[in-house]
Amino acid sequence: MRLHYEVEGEDFLRAGEASAAVKRILKQLGISTEYIRKVAIAMYEAEMNMVIHGKGGEIDVTLTGEKIEITLKDRGLGIPDIDLAMQEGYSTASAQIRELGFGAGMGLPNIKRYSDTLKITSKCGEGTMVYIEVLLK
Amino acid sequence: MTVREMKESMHLKLLGKETGMDEEVKGGYIGDLLSFVMAHAQSKDAWITVQGHMNSIAVAIMTGVSAIILAQGVVPNLETIEKANEEKISIFTSEKSSFELAYELGKLLE
Repeated sequence: MRLHYEVEGEDFLRAGEASAAVKRILKQLGISTEYIRKVAIAMYEAEMNMVIHGKGGEIDVTLTGEKIEITLKDRGLGIPDIDLAMQEGYSTASAQIRELGFGAGMGLPNIKRYSDTLKITSKCGEGTMVYIEVLLK
Repeated sequence: MTVREMKESMHLKLLGKETGMDEEVKGGYIGDLLSFVMAHAQSKDAWITVQGHMNSIAVAIMTGVSAIILAQGVVPNLETIEKANEEKISIFTSEKSSFELAYELGKLLE
């Protein structure tokens, strides 16, 4: 099964709709709650990053009997130092975003925590691509 | 304990319609930083927070919490309440602090 979503940058009202849609589909397929939770949290964190930092972009989801693969391509400025961005507590979110409860510097660590594979490729000025794989055990 | 029983015992004010009131509450989590909530809240928890906006509803959906309890009299806008109803997530408000709410919830869950 393949799914495709367009995500608008800075649209905090609709943010998370793609992740919520995937969660609903997995539930309809009768997939276990614990697995759905892992996918939903990892994808929501990545989707929020797209909205907050990435000026929006596209999400492609591929679901097979063995795993779910989520690829997110944003339109942002890119991440100059991925290792630094992966550190818990590091965030470049604005004060306004932090007031909403985001910007704790836990987004990427959470994706890592809930996924089996996380790959981030980024070029300054050309955006960031995040690949998340969760194995269906 | 069901969400309805929790509401009655803790005198919580329901915002919007009665949706998801028969969900089970097994535990609780207090948190206002959304990524911490996503990392640590468990499904079937009652989530106590002061973050009463649209993104809180998304976090509740992703984590599978049974209900959102807004502390210190926080009341979200109408759009947020409607979204919660649509997603069948019970959302309550209380004048009490997060600590007082957690203390009461903890006693009920003993």
